[in-house]
Amino acid sequence: MAEKNKLSIISMSGDFDKVIAVFTLASGAAAVNYEVNIFFTFWGLNSIKQKSGRHFLGKGLMARFFNFLLGGRKKLPLSRLNFGGLSPILMTGMMRGKNVATLEELFEASKALGVNFYACEMAMHVLGLTREDFIPEVKDVIGVPSFLEISKGGETLFI
Amino acid sequence: MSTHTLDITNERCPMTFVKAKLHLEQLEPGDTSEILLLAGEPLDNVPRTATEQGYQVLETVLVRDNVYRLVIKRPE
Repeated sequence: MAEKNKLSIISMSGDFDKVIAVFTLASGAAAVNYEVNIFFTFWGLNSIKQKSGRHFLGKGLMARFFNFLLGGRKKLPLSRLNFGGLSPILMTGMMRGKNVATLEELFEASKALGVNFYACEMAMHVLGLTREDFIPEVKDVIGVPSFLEISKGGETLFI
Repeated sequence: MSTHTLDITNERCPMTFVKAKLHLEQLEPGDTSEILLLAGEPLDNVPRTATEQGYQVLETVLVRDNVYRLVIKRPE
């Protein structure tokens, strides 16, 4: 059996289209036997929140308000022409119509294939979030040195 | 030992590979699977990555225009 290749992705954007890119690459690579690691930081953390809609999460008034505005995986805006949240709904419908996997399907596929999810400790601190605010599949809360160690010897992408 | 089937001719990347991988993981040792897939990316990569993961590709047959049938076995 061949040695496993490795792909590590730094997921910083909270844009719908860029998060689709993250989970497309992650699930595609895991499906062809890569070890895949995703390091979610800042707006990237939105896609792994336990509550995928809009909720007042976090410690402190500012954090709760900010997290409400940011929302979760089902409230991600398109990077351009978002039209108040209408475009991601239209885009999902178009993808479904063309038999292309939606964000939710790519996310579920990534989990099913054992993609490793890591949350950024510093960004969580800034946003007032704790581990309990995230899906249980998050393997660990880490910082830069641990991510560098985990991604060592493979390919790394920043999205 | 049993034979399973999977049709991924209507899937698009990356679900072509996701469904193939999850399907193959469910095979018991000695089981075989017949997978229908399209020429191009799926035919180039499903057998290659299955072989890398230790499966045996027993057969690759053109069954109709642009559609191939792979027979893959999980070794005992």
